[in-house]
This record gives sequence, C-alpha cells and structure tokens, in this order.
Amino acid sequence: MTILFDGIAYGMLLFILAVGLSVTMGLMNFINLAHGAFAMVGGYLTVVLMQRFDVPFLVCLPLAFVGTALLGAVLERTLYRQMYRKPHLDQVLFSIGLAFMAVASVDYFVGSQQQIMQLPEWLKGRTELGTGTPWELGMGHYRLFIIAVCAALTVGLQYVLSATRFGSRLRASVDDPRVAAGLGINVNVVFAMTFAVGSGLAGLGGALGAEVLGLDPTFPLKFMVYFLIVVAVGGTSSITGPLLAALLLGVADVAGKYYVPKLGAFIVYSLMLAILMWRPQGLFVRQGGK
Amino acid sequence: MKKRTFIVSAIASAMLFTAGGAMAQDKFKIGLILPMTGPFASTGKQIEAAARLYMAQNGDTVGGKKVELIVKDDTSAPDVTKRIAQELVVNDKVNVLAGFGLTPLALATAPIATQSKTPLVVMAAATSSITEASPFIIRTSFTLPQASVSMADWAPNNGIKKVVTLVSDYGPGIDAEKYFKDRFLFNGGQVIDALRVPMRNPDFAPFLQKVRDLKPDAMFVFVPSGAGAALMKQFAERGMDKAGIKLIGTGDITDDDILNGMGEVAVGVVTSHHYSTSHNSAVNKKFVAAFEKANAGLRPNFMAVGGYDGMRVIYEAAKATKGGSGDALLAAMKGQIFESPRGPMFIDAQTRDVVHNIYIRKVEKVNGQLYNQEFETLKDVKDPGKNK
Amino acid sequence: MANLQRTLLKKSAVQWWEPVLWLLAFSAPWAFPHHALIINEIAIVALFAVSLDLVLGYSGIVSLGHASFLGFGAYTAALFAKWIHPDPLLGLVVGTAAACVLGALCSATILRGSDLTRLMVTLGMALILFELANKFDGLTGGSDGLQGVVMGPVLGRFEFDLMGQVAASYSLAVLLALFFLARRLVHSPFGATLMAVRDNRLRAMAIGIPVSARLAAVYTIAAGVAGAAGALMAQTTGFASLDVFALERSADVMLILVIGGVGWLYGGVVGAVVFKLMHDVISNITPQYWTFWMGLFLVILVMVGRERLFKPWTWMGRS
Repeated sequence: MTILFDGIAYGMLLFILAVGLSVTMGLMNFINLAHGAFAMVGGYLTVVLMQRFDVPFLVCLPLAFVGTALLGAVLERTLYRQMYRKPHLDQVLFSIGLAFMAVASVDYFVGSQQQIMQLPEWLKGRTELGTGTPWELGMGHYRLFIIAVCAALTVGLQYVLSATRFGSRLRASVDDPRVAAGLGINVNVVFAMTFAVGSGLAGLGGALGAEVLGLDPTFPLKFMVYFLIVVAVGGTSSITGPLLAALLLGVADVAGKYYVPKLGAFIVYSLMLAILMWRPQGLFVRQGGK
Repeated sequence: MKKRTFIVSAIASAMLFTAGGAMAQDKFKIGLILPMTGPFASTGKQIEAAARLYMAQNGDTVGGKKVELIVKDDTSAPDVTKRIAQELVVNDKVNVLAGFGLTPLALATAPIATQSKTPLVVMAAATSSITEASPFIIRTSFTLPQASVSMADWAPNNGIKKVVTLVSDYGPGIDAEKYFKDRFLFNGGQVIDALRVPMRNPDFAPFLQKVRDLKPDAMFVFVPSGAGAALMKQFAERGMDKAGIKLIGTGDITDDDILNGMGEVAVGVVTSHHYSTSHNSAVNKKFVAAFEKANAGLRPNFMAVGGYDGMRVIYEAAKATKGGSGDALLAAMKGQIFESPRGPMFIDAQTRDVVHNIYIRKVEKVNGQLYNQEFETLKDVKDPGKNK
Repeated sequence: MANLQRTLLKKSAVQWWEPVLWLLAFSAPWAFPHHALIINEIAIVALFAVSLDLVLGYSGIVSLGHASFLGFGAYTAALFAKWIHPDPLLGLVVGTAAACVLGALCSATILRGSDLTRLMVTLGMALILFELANKFDGLTGGSDGLQGVVMGPVLGRFEFDLMGQVAASYSLAVLLALFFLARRLVHSPFGATLMAVRDNRLRAMAIGIPVSARLAAVYTIAAGVAGAAGALMAQTTGFASLDVFALERSADVMLILVIGGVGWLYGGVVGAVVFKLMHDVISNITPQYWTFWMGLFLVILVMVGRERLFKPWTWMGRS
C-alpha cells in the first residue's frame, strides 16, 4: 500500500510538471523541449529564496509559480511567438538551445552541486497506519502534501477549463485556432496566458520536486524524457489524459522498482512502448480531437 | 544557391583550423582532463581548484622548466576523452596526463598512455582495476574496495550483523558491493539482500521501502556524491532511523562538498573514507584554509585532495627528473611517500596504487557546521583488489 | 520531353564542387596531421547524420533513438574484433548487417502514430537497449565499457596509428562509399516514393505506393548505415561504452542534421563539420560553460534562419 501511495505522489508530481507541456503542445502545436528548464528555474528560485533570504517554504511555492510564469510570459512574447510558424524541427532546435543556455547559466550563477532544501518541521515526519498488516500504509508527510497540492491544482485546472469563459476560449483555440480567431477570440492572448500558466506550473512542480527528485543544473535534460512520456501517452487534447498517464507511470515505475528491482528502469520504457504501439495516439484521446 | 554558399562557408570554417600546437619544448606540460560539464561537473571543479591551488602555493617552475596546465572538458564521454588525450599527447606533447573523473574515461585512455609512454595520474576514479589497465597509470585518489572493506571490518565489531546493500548500478557501485559483501561474510556477518539502483534514478523510494521491509541492522550504501543528499533525506522521511536501521556506507554519501546543506538528517551517519575536511593535522588545516580562501568559501572534498596530491606527485617527479617524461618520470612517481592533507600516504611501487589510512567517521555538528569527525583509523590500507 | 528529363536528372548529377570537397576532405588528415583525430570524429558523426537524414529528411520519420543502431553496430563490431577476428573491414560488414537486422525488427514500431508517438517509441527503444547493455555486463563490460579491442591493419597493410591518420582516411573512405550509395538511393524511383510518403502519406497510399513496406525498407537501410558509423567508432577508438546508446547521442545527431539542413544529404556532413568544430573551439576557450554559447548559437540560428546566417549582407532588411 505504501508503494501505491508513493507511486501516486510521484505520479502527481510528474503531472504538475508535465501538464504545461501537454497544453502547450496541444494548443500551440509547439514542441517546447525547454519546459524542463522552467521547472528548474522554479526549483532554484525556491532554493535561493529559502537559503539566502530565509523566506518560509510555503511562501516560496506561490512565488516560484509567479516568478516562472512571468518568465514564461516574457519569453513567449519576445522569442517564442516568432517560432509558431516555423517547422517542428526548428522549434526543437530552438528550445534545445534555450535549455542549454539555461543549464549553463544556472551552473555559472549557482554552481553545479546538488541543491539541498530544508523543509519546515511540520512537513518532515511520517504517519503509519495499520502497521504489521498487509495493508500497512506509511505516509511521509511531504508526499501527502504533494498529493494534496497537486490534487487541488488539478481540480482547479479542470474547473477553469470547463466552467469559465477563459476555459472555453482555450478549448476553442485548441480545437481550431482559425475559427476561434474568426469568432473574435483573441488567440494571441490565450496563447500567452496559457504558456505563462503552463510554465508557472512547471516552476511550481520544480519547487515541490526539488526535495524528492533532487535539483542540479542538469535537471531539465534528465527529466525531459519523463515529461515527454507523460505527454505522449496521455495525449495533448485534455488534462485528464496526462493526469492518468502520469499516475500510471508513477505507480508503474515505483512498483516495478520495488518488486523487480533488477528490471527497475525497463518497466517504464517497456510500458510506454507497449502502450504507444497499442494506441499510437495516446491512451486517452477525445474522439474527434487533434 | 544557398547550398553552395553554405558549403563554402563550412569549408572556410574548417580552414580556420590551421595547424595549432605550440612547439615550446622548455615547458613541462600537464594535460588535465576533467568532467567540467554534465552530472559530474562538481568533481571537475574541485579538482581544478585544487590543482591551481597547488601551483599557486608551489610556484610554476619545476625542474628548471615552466609548468603549463592545460585543462580540458571531456563531457563524461569516453571516446571524447580518448580523443582529447590523444590530441594532448600528439599535438601538445604533454609530459603527463591527469584527472579522469570516471572509470570508463580512465580505462579508455589507458592504451594511449601505454603506447605513448606518458604517465597517467588518476585523481578521481575509484575502481580497482584501473591501475592494471596500463603500466603507466598512477592513482592518487582512492579505491572503493579500500573504503568498503574497512567498513566491513568495522561494522561487525559494532553491533551490526545483518545488512542490506544498496549501490548505484555501475562500475564503482558494483565494486563497493562485492568487496563489502565478501569481507562482511568473512567476518561472520549476513548480507540479506543486495539492491542496485539504476543510474538515472529519479526516486529512491521503492528501494528504501524494500530495505525497510527487510529489517536489517544497517543499510550499506554507495551512490555517487550528489545523489547522497536525496538518499539521506528519503532515509529519514521513511522513518528508517526510527525503525532501528543504521545508515553506513563509503564517504561518498557524506561528501564534504554538500554535507553542510544536508541538515539534521545526516547527523550520526557513519562512513568510511580516506579524507575528511575536518581531519586534525596541521597540513590539512593549512590546505583547507587556503582552498576556502581561493574559492569563495567552497569546502574541499576528497576529490580536491586527490587532485592536490596528484599535483604533488607530478611536481616531485618532475623535480627529480628535471622536467623529464616517459619511463623516467614514471619511475620517479612510484614509491613516493609523503604527508598529504588526508594523512600519511604513499604510492605503492609495485601496484602504482595509493596506500593510505582509511578513517571511520561519524557526522557531527561542530561550531554550527556539519563535519565528518574521524574516530577510528585503519592504517595503511592497501587496495584489496590487487590481491586477487 | 528530352529537356524535361534532363532538368529532372540534373538534380541528381554530380555537381562541380563535390569532387573538390571530397578531395579536400581526403587530403585533410595528411595536410593537417594534428587534427586527424577530430577529422575522424567528424567523418563518423557525418555518416551517422546522413543515416538519420534518410529517415528524417527523406521519409519524414522523426526519430530520437537513432543511437540504438549506432550503439548496436559499435558493440557488435567491437565484440567481433575482440573474440572472432580483428580485421576491420570484416567487422564493419558484420556491424552493418547486425544493425540492419535490428532496424528491420524495429521498423514495426514506427509505422503508426503521430510524430510525437514515433519520437517516444524510438527514444524508448534506445533507452531499453541502454539498460540491456548495462545488464549484460559480462558481455558488454557494463558501464566500464568494452575494453581490449585491438584492431588488425586495414586491408592487411595500414596499421591504426597514434596520430589517427589511417583512422581518419578509413572513416572518410567508408563515409564516401555509403554517402554515394545513399545518393543513388534517394535519387532513384524508390527515393521518389519516399519523398511522396513524407509529403503526403494519404495521397501516396491512394496512388498505390506500399507505404509500410517502403518505410520499413528505408528504416532498415538507415539502421545499417548508422551501424556502419558505430562500427567505425568502435574500431577507430578501440572500445565501446554505454553512452553510445544514450539520449545525448540521438539528440546531438538530430541537432547536427537540423543545423546542416534536412532533406539534402550534405546537410549531415556540413552540420557535423560546423557543430564539431564549434564545440571544439568553444570548449577550448571555456571548458565549463561552452553549452551556453552552443545554445546561443542554436537560438540565433533558428531565429535568423539558416540561409541568412551565412550571408551577413542580408541581416539588415528583408530576407
């Protein structure tokens, strides 16, 4: 049971990190391989604020979100906007170039060691339920926290998408940007806001994940594979798709490494391969969606 | 049209690359190949800083020749390392190659050392078999078997009888696991399970959970420095210390570089290693002070000491041979005995490997900072791997 | 009619600058003996990039795992040289054949799905091979790499020397041979069908082109060429290690190809030259932060546009 819990925590974290990428790819048809760099920025922002300026952890989280979102908005306006029309390969080249620059810059300013975060006391610790039984469940408080935050965010995102005007504009723009523009929706603004929010979420994910996944300048390149897996398996036309995909992958990865440690890393890749061969469009695609 | 312009420009840029390689023969050149980028960049940084410190302290003339330090990044890719080493030997005509942060990099470069008769000083890599890959290889870092075996000797005498080993799934990790296991079993202990963690592992949770379920007295760990922090955190988070499981391992998990940032969770962890920043000797205190001064308060770790001592070996050999090279330089490196910041050490003339003390240390808080405090010493530990 | 035929064939004829280029390339290891090693490396990467061009540029298959074949060819050639026979040419053939087989097997995975699917499937393949090579460390040497590969002399006469000149010439020769083979392929009716499939798959199917068969065929061939590059790498450096399967290799070669330009075979060659030289030069200046300048170069390249970058007079004003 503990393994299931850990897997869910890991999966939710992956989801928060990857949802921005999924929406960007579905909405703007833009392959942004620098997404991991935004996550890293959020993580480093938190670490620097906590270590140098003694800002409490809980305050850092929304700051990480806002800071990265701002960065995303600025970059979108100045650099990314010119890239929308370019062929996919150029976009790949561009975003990899950005990622390289981000990695080297962070290395230069902060150094290449692993960054270690000190959590507040109430987040350290563990609750044990049903010790000794087969249903034993050990829950680390930090992982509980992650699950809670990510669940709240997911509910919030779903609400925004389905019950607000902005959400319906977003969905319209994803389905068909030209018609949406023809209806008077300011597609540029939608794009900018979505990109900013997606990057902000990545930054938040980076801040949350620094404790569990580690944080060093090579973070974007290390984890890009996992984000891509979530997006590929989950599809880009909804947010429940990547959510379920991330959960599936999180649980599979953790369970695989526990029960069959010799094949630890295989499990994730083989699972992904199998799923994609069975359902090339991703596991959860809306009928008629892109 | 565009293709033609492009081709011409490409050829032009290739032409820019006219024959380089200065021919100054009155220099003593050291080719320092380090991972300056990628996941092991902090190793490269520490070693380079230590090498430059040594040069600053001991002058840049040796044996009548001016010393030139050529630093190159190998991006942790063995074929790049090999090419860089080849270029250094052939183009720059270096007298000695040094550095080598990872085992495959050193192994790949070994044939070049042999073919060109250039001594190769390994300052970081720690797998036992490296020194056997070429008769021109000298090591000043340490070997994982030295540290593992020492821990396997100490543990049974201190109430630890059942152990689960957890190592990263690559050369040094497998070395650590094997030598610890063999010696521990020999000492009457029991190794319940041997887990291997993939190198690209983002999450230690499932492995730690498994260890917890197996309920050993202690968990013996080796992961490359950097991953140690995450492991330590999750160890505490999972309540393993409250469940009565001790954490032991080689000193890589309490790397001085990041130890201070680990916080309370690291206190009480017992490790075995050849160097601690808090080692109580005059030589070390001087070294640490100078290092921190020259590098904005960065604490030197065992990688730095490997680099520092490596430079010492090179310098002394150069002095003895008046800036020579090849077999003569190699002979002058073998058998050097001296006091290093880590303690007394010498380069074994037969195996060309390092022989030094291994200390058992515990992490304690001293003056508000965390240090590895040495409390037991195993003297003059030779590399056990050579006896096989 | 004859005119039309001539115009269409003109594209595939050998241009005036091509023999010049190759002549320059072959004389380079002897004219610049100090740089023979990097020329060797460039030749190998160029071959790898050309093989990727066959699938990416000419058939539209996005692959982020092309290093699977590079690595497979490398390990096969290294193992062959170590345990069976040290002749380089024989090892080259074996490595290429092995990679072809792997390519044929893997081609089943890339037939369906969108670009993203193929990206992930190929990536997954490469990562799985990485883990496999790590696990079977008795055979492959694991993360320490496969050591002790001593090659016999090429054609029985030319020993691999420390300077790397023989290695560079060997690699260049193989590059030339396979390059022209690829050229014949893409300028043939087979190649034309590939480009049709790339441009509009549905329409290609409608006019009767067996799309799946064509894709499988080109993937196998490209795998073989990549395997040849891998074999060269193993033979000229004398060992093989796990990072031949790593994501970085596949990503780097894709970068190189895109820098040089997809869809014309020289893109791989040019990209390899530019990328490797830039890397070397910048890395010598700043060993720690060269990735920054590389990234900056890439960003500027894409924003300004590849063609304009090399014509400074077009930077001001419209392109």
